This record gives sequence, C-alpha cells and structure tokens, in this order.
Amino acid sequence: MPQQKEPRAYRKPLPHIDEENRPWWEAAQRHELYIQKCRDCGDLRFHPRALCTSCMSSRTDWVRCAGGGKIYAFTVTNQNQAAGFRESLPYVMAWVELDEGVKMLTNIVDCPPEQVKIGLPVEAVFDDVTPEVTLVKFRPAR
Amino acid sequence: MSLSRKIAVAGVYEHPTRFAPDKSMYQIMAESVRGALDDCGLTIKDVDGLLTAGMGMGPMGIVGFCDYLNLTPNYLDGTNIGGSSFVAHTAHAAAAIHAGLCDVAVVVYGSTAASSRFAIGTGGGHGGGDPCDQYELPFGPTTVGAYAMIAQRHMHDYGTTPEQLAEIAVTMRLHASMNPVAKYRDLITVEDVLASRVISSPLHLLDCCIISDGGGALVITSAERARDLKKKPAYLLGAGETVRHAARGRRDFLEIAAAQSGRLAFERAGVAHKDIDMAMIYDSFTITVLSTLENLGFCKRGEGGPFVSGGRLRFDGALPINTDGGGLSSNHPGMRGMFLVIEAVKQLRGECGPRQVKNCRTALVHGTGGALGTRHSGATLILTNQ
Repeated sequence: MPQQKEPRAYRKPLPHIDEENRPWWEAAQRHELYIQKCRDCGDLRFHPRALCTSCMSSRTDWVRCAGGGKIYAFTVTNQNQAAGFRESLPYVMAWVELDEGVKMLTNIVDCPPEQVKIGLPVEAVFDDVTPEVTLVKFRPAR
Repeated sequence: MSLSRKIAVAGVYEHPTRFAPDKSMYQIMAESVRGALDDCGLTIKDVDGLLTAGMGMGPMGIVGFCDYLNLTPNYLDGTNIGGSSFVAHTAHAAAAIHAGLCDVAVVVYGSTAASSRFAIGTGGGHGGGDPCDQYELPFGPTTVGAYAMIAQRHMHDYGTTPEQLAEIAVTMRLHASMNPVAKYRDLITVEDVLASRVISSPLHLLDCCIISDGGGALVITSAERARDLKKKPAYLLGAGETVRHAARGRRDFLEIAAAQSGRLAFERAGVAHKDIDMAMIYDSFTITVLSTLENLGFCKRGEGGPFVSGGRLRFDGALPINTDGGGLSSNHPGMRGMFLVIEAVKQLRGECGPRQVKNCRTALVHGTGGALGTRHSGATLILTNQ
C-alpha cells in the first residue's frame, strides 16, 4: 500500500453557522457547552433553535453545561466512504446523554473502541477542527 | 376510517431488473407504470393521479416525470419521506380518490442505485442543510451507523443477541431462494451472518440490505372500479404515518414511528394483530425488522429477540414477513417501500407460488424512511382481499 499523505485541509463536513445557532458555536470556540432553556415554560432543548418546541416562546436562556454525561448508544464505524471519514476508520459515533438531560450526537475519542460501553461516564472535550469551528466530542470521564 | 374497503390497489408491477446500467431511472419508472397498468387492464389514458419520489430526482422530479410520459394529471403528490414514501403515497392516493380529486392514481418508483454506485448505507449520511444536520454530519453518521446504535441499545437494555438478529437475515434469504428475480438466492446460516465483517457494530455485512437497481408501480382506484378489472383487488382497510427524530434531545430512541403509525392503522382498519396473516416490514437492516415488530405491537418492547426466533417470520411460520426476500436479499434500490406494497398485494391475490402464505386474507405493510437512530418517517397500511 502506498503511504497516504496526511490531508492538508480538514475534509469532514463543517456546520453551517447562521444567526440562529451562532452563539452556540461561538461558545464551543471558547470551549464551553450550552443548551437552551425556555424562559417561559422551562423546557430544555438541544440543538439550538429560536423557539421553544413545547410552548413556542421566543424567550430563551442559555444554560451552561458542566460537560459530563453518559453514553446512551454508540457504534464503532468500520466503513464510511465519505471524504475525511474514510481516513479515520474505525471511529466511534455515539449519542451522549448530558447530566442536564439532553442527548447529543457526537464522537467518543481518547478511548479504544472496544472499551466503549453504554452507560460509560464521559466528559466533553473541545476539538478545534478549523479556526472557525470547534466540535464538542466526549472522552471517558477522568 | 371512512374510506375503509372503498379504495383498492388494482394493479402492481415489480420491475424484474436488479442491475440496469443501460436504463435511466425514468425508463425504469415508465416501464413500471406500463407493467402495473397491464396488470389490471387499464391504460395510460385512464391515469389522472400521479405520486412519486426518488433518490435520483430533483425536488420537482414529479413534473419531469410527467414531461417524460407526457402526462397532465389532475392530482400530484411528490411527498418524499424516504423509503416509506410509496407506503404513504398509497394512503394519500386513497384519500384523493375518496375525496374525488382523481379516479385512477399511479404510484411509481425507479432507481439505478447499483449501476450508479450509490453508497446508500455507508456514504456519510443524508441531507446537509437542515438545522439538525449541523449537529450531526460533522461526526460522521452513516445510515447503517444510525441503525446500529438502535441495535446496540436494544442489546444493552434487553439482552438481544446477534444470533437473534441474524435469524432475520437467514429467513429473508430463505424467502429470496423462492423468488426467481431476487438478487441473492443462495441460502445462508446464522454462522454466515456472524462471520461476515462488522460494518458498524453490532451490525454485520449480512445484517444490512443489499443495493440493487429496480423499480415498481401501483395502480390505485375505487373499490367499485377495481372489481371490474383483471385482478383481484386488495382493499385498503387502514393507514397511518408519522415521524420520530431527536425530539429536542429528549427522545427514547427505542420508540419509533411505527408505534404511532401502526396504532393509527389498526384503529382505522378496525382489525387486531391476530387478524394479520402476513406482514411486509421494511428491512433496511435486521434491527429495523425487530424494532418495527415491537413498535407495531406484535410483541412487547424488549421481547423482539425471542419473537423473531424459531422460524416465526418464515413464510410457513406464525407471522410470515417479507416473503419476497426483502431488502436484505431481493432488492433495495434505496427506497424500498414500493416493493412492500407490491408483495403484500401479490400475497393477497395468491400469486406467490412456492412462497405463498396459506389463507392470506389480511396483510400489514410498514415502511421506514431515513434512519431509526437519528430521524425517520414511518407509514403503515393494512390491506385485505375480503
């Protein structure tokens, strides 16, 4: 097999950042994790959106999360033809349930795939993948 | 449901191709329309309603297909909710006919997924532009991975085993062995499934549907008109459709759209689970079948593993499913819901030869579109020949 050259550019999909979700992505750049809480009915929600999905209020508070959670479901991905991912196989995709009660799709990192288990306590790590984008991933809690 | 038994699937056609590098998607669709019209004895001049969706179509693909076939229908529905679209279209067509918006509706699908080399399950996820995608696509979700997470969670919560999932694939292959146009017809064993490579844990290659070309069409009309046509009508008794998604980050992922669409279909049909003689259950992956059967209420949540074991799902078992060999072995051009309806109608007519379910009077169809582990649609139909 010829030696693969390290790709220069980041090749995985990047989020489209707009007025609605920008505060969340800016917080991630500061290595802070937030979810939204409706100021009127108190319902928690993730991902960020302008209106409460329970009462449709536009009055929103941003709640900072401690970053802890547990693995709710996961899969070790051995096959993905998409650019960026085919060079990073195998990787772990997971739904993590934050201690605050919402689930996020993410990657589990800094952990051999065979040690990933449902219920494993994890903590957020902030991966600055480009100068503009920081992704929130999780590793086993230390 | 006020339209129960008033609308029928009168004609069906499954395109026999599994690999058609020489055909366009539109040609496969047009040949399918011709086949379904021939099946019931109607002509293209009788068609005044058209419903379609496809992976290779643009957002206005239905208009392009009308151009291709020189159609000017009175009713159009291009609803695309993934692989379940044609199951939902069947109910939409019935409602339109019942409401007087059209008399003869054609539901059609075609795809060259195999010859165009679409990596449907492992190509890096769907969509891209929706708000939810911005919080998912950066992490590399695949279709198979999004289903695999459901399997992992089910195994964790209920002790479901890889062997139990594998039996679903083995059963589908048995059925495919009796379907001359199925893509894979050599029998396999549970050991074969477990020995195939893990694509996305815990799902093996043989837990995953195949990729083929293909297409099909349905002709739907009033029960009254259908009774004078060539084939025995399959009457629509009840239908339901809905979606499940991350539910603002709060979803119980083992509860899927089938729980709601199935409940609606049973209520509207006025029948019970014991009345269902066979079922066509979207089998994108083995876990899709297990989870769908639980959520439709054929067994309790958590009991899917034992339920799918011991030959229950075989054509000669207590609840025969996917007698054509399913997406796991017969065909999967990307959106399989079309073939679920076609095979259910053929079973109700008694046209299935060696794989025919005995005394098949009532059939359930459930399509899933998208991915159980992120977001998906579900559409259920209950059909009868009575």
